[in-house]
Amino acid sequence: MTTAPSAGEPPALELCGIDKWFGANHANVAVSLSVARGTIHGIIGENGAGKTTVMSIVYGYLRPDSGTVRLNGEPLACRSPADAIRRGVGMVHQHFMLVDTFTALENVLLGAEGGRLIGPALAHARRELERLARDYGLEVDLERPVGELPVGAQQRVEILKALYRGADLLILDEPTGVLTPPETVHLFRVLRALRAQGKTIVIITHKLREIMALTDRVTVMRRGRVVDTLATAATKREALAERMVGRTVPLTVDKPAATLGAPVLEVERLRVLGADGRERVRGVSFQVRAGEVVGIAGVSGNGQLELLEALAGMRPVAGGRVRLTGLDLTARPDLFTAGGLRRLGVAHVPEDRQKVGLVTGFPAYENLILGHHGDSALTGRLLMRWRAIKARCAAVMDRYDVRPRDVSLPVSGFSGGNQQKIVLAREIEADPALLLVGQPTRGVDIGAIDVIHRRLLDLRAAGKAILLVSVELDEILALSDRILVMFDGALVGETTPDAADERRLGLMMAGAASQS
Amino acid sequence: MDDALTTVLLLLDSTIRVATPLVLAAFAGLYSERAGVVDIGLEGKMLAGAFFAAATASAMGNPWLGLAAGVAAGVALALLHGFACITHNGNQVVSGMALNILVAGLAPTLAFAWFSQGGQTPLLPGSARLPSIVFPGVDAMAGVPVIGPAYAILFDEVNVLVLLAGAVVTVTGFVLYRTRFGLRLRAVGENPAAVDTAGLPVARLRYQALVVTGVLSGMAGAYLSIAHGAGFVRDMTAGKGYLALAALIFGKWRVGPTLLACLLFAFTDAVQIRLQGVALPVVGVIPVQAIQALPYALTVLLLAGFVGRAVPPKASGQPYVKER
Repeated sequence: MTTAPSAGEPPALELCGIDKWFGANHANVAVSLSVARGTIHGIIGENGAGKTTVMSIVYGYLRPDSGTVRLNGEPLACRSPADAIRRGVGMVHQHFMLVDTFTALENVLLGAEGGRLIGPALAHARRELERLARDYGLEVDLERPVGELPVGAQQRVEILKALYRGADLLILDEPTGVLTPPETVHLFRVLRALRAQGKTIVIITHKLREIMALTDRVTVMRRGRVVDTLATAATKREALAERMVGRTVPLTVDKPAATLGAPVLEVERLRVLGADGRERVRGVSFQVRAGEVVGIAGVSGNGQLELLEALAGMRPVAGGRVRLTGLDLTARPDLFTAGGLRRLGVAHVPEDRQKVGLVTGFPAYENLILGHHGDSALTGRLLMRWRAIKARCAAVMDRYDVRPRDVSLPVSGFSGGNQQKIVLAREIEADPALLLVGQPTRGVDIGAIDVIHRRLLDLRAAGKAILLVSVELDEILALSDRILVMFDGALVGETTPDAADERRLGLMMAGAASQS
Repeated sequence: MDDALTTVLLLLDSTIRVATPLVLAAFAGLYSERAGVVDIGLEGKMLAGAFFAAATASAMGNPWLGLAAGVAAGVALALLHGFACITHNGNQVVSGMALNILVAGLAPTLAFAWFSQGGQTPLLPGSARLPSIVFPGVDAMAGVPVIGPAYAILFDEVNVLVLLAGAVVTVTGFVLYRTRFGLRLRAVGENPAAVDTAGLPVARLRYQALVVTGVLSGMAGAYLSIAHGAGFVRDMTAGKGYLALAALIFGKWRVGPTLLACLLFAFTDAVQIRLQGVALPVVGVIPVQAIQALPYALTVLLLAGFVGRAVPPKASGQPYVKER
């Protein structure tokens, strides 16, 4: 399906010996790679492998310490994005670079206004965007503020921005992280259409599945270096994973059959309001039994966050009933608080570990005792027992393989995966009857995912109840005993991993199909 | 002419006069804050504008040179603010507050050193103050009942800076929403990273906005000392910079509502002046201090309860540092 680069045609993009330091961190080590024109090229690697850094250098957003970038054989001055844009490079960043209060049209126009007044350019841009939308299936509402558009549409605005500026080389950084499965399918269709028009596409991702489904060639990066560049058709997921991590990683976890106990959490017709006062959880009923993992699948923003926060006592319940091991919590507002629930044996790994789960400026040992300051083993009558706390922290870091093993390092100094291990360790060490866990592996690299999944399954084997919320379908399928699909605040389907049909799950997550 | 009508017209006339420095200062703040730089230093820039305008006008005898000096002082302070907050990513509130304190001390000190009049500048003669324009037709219409005197009250002697303030409002509305500069300015206050990745210079855009801020706040100060007043007096801005900031927030950083907020604050001030010493029905004479507090009490009330949620430009107050 790829046209082999004809002899003598220079590659669309060629990097030679790119080096980049951030302080003492060598983010890119002599990175060299080449991307043939008219192909989709994947760059895969764990978090912190330097994928985004090297592409930000191509885009001129960061400057390399040494090395050269060539576009179609001509050197590119990597001084600013303006240079790259002029030479036909477009980039869709992981966190969209959009002005939320602007319309799609104004966002596209920004930096490409064409004159001092924006009136004439607006008319021209509207015509041009309508043409691009037709040609590539990039429909968006041009007149609404982009902040009000769904993320899939926001991403299309980003692609339109690049195409409007005449991009021939399009770089996408983790484009599918926020998309529903149908949106992902749509995006891939758009990218293939662009390739058919002779555009070159570089896609950065850590998802093996996407690499296999979309790319022609793939470059694997690890710790700032290029490990290998391969033809996708000639490789397999396991081989790529091994190169990414540097050792063999099992891509699936073994899960013994569940031994179900009594119901631990019973939720009936629960209603919860969001921060904006709108009802985000609308009459949800389910139960979680001891020794069971119940996974809630769904696209981010469909009420899962509010559900989890309400069950953790962080958000008031607007209606319905919640029972914990038979105790009616909704009748006991004194216990239905974050602190009260903790004493009743509920642990919570929040979705946003940096904002809610950790105090990132505090060292590891202080973070490991958050919420347990009253524990008599840790606190005397007046003073904290720092020595005991640090000793306990060191032991826990060993058990959970937190790296580096430095109890006094501020948590902001750990990688995402290790931060998550710290949160998980704190919550699991409290020996809960029920663990509420949101997005346990978001932004976590493959090696750490494995550790986290194993710890969760250990907890399940110990007969504890686990409520898992995740937007990663693979994770839900790997860990859950039962899967509930949440859409627009309601549970729209239930299934088991064995019976699950991924296509139908995807449709349910998008609200297109209900339980049959 | 009807007494009540005269009263209303006089109130309107003085509302416009009081509103002028507020409008200039609030729109100064609008440029800066829409570009993502919080400007609590409006007060200081106004005060510096007032002092340097009066000092120059007094020394040179030319009000236009005075205006230029006031504007230059405003721009210089704005650039200092920019150097601290844009170039060095300093805290914008601290920097603005520092400017306020600096000027509050520096202006009287310089006045004392240069003029030896207890921290004031000498009283300016009429020729050293910014002129007023008499609208055509005042005399011609003098004979017309009602309309003639009304026209005279409102359009006889309108200071040039009042007209300029009106122009600033109109031009700002156009610049902000119709021009490339305005589009980029609004963008850099909402999401500087989007501006940066679009290949545009974040720092330069913010400096440009701050220069406009400096010009307008300098003018606002000059209005106080060489147009409305006749010389610089210690602390003569008396919180008008903060009031302008409040009007900007009340107006949700938008052109029309900000103008209306300024007019509302000015109107209460005009009413306040009018009410001093007047015996009201039921309550009798209210102490001057209580009446003088009226605009400020209103500000607190409005900001606390009636604005709804004022959402500032998303990036305001945050220095722009590239993500890795």
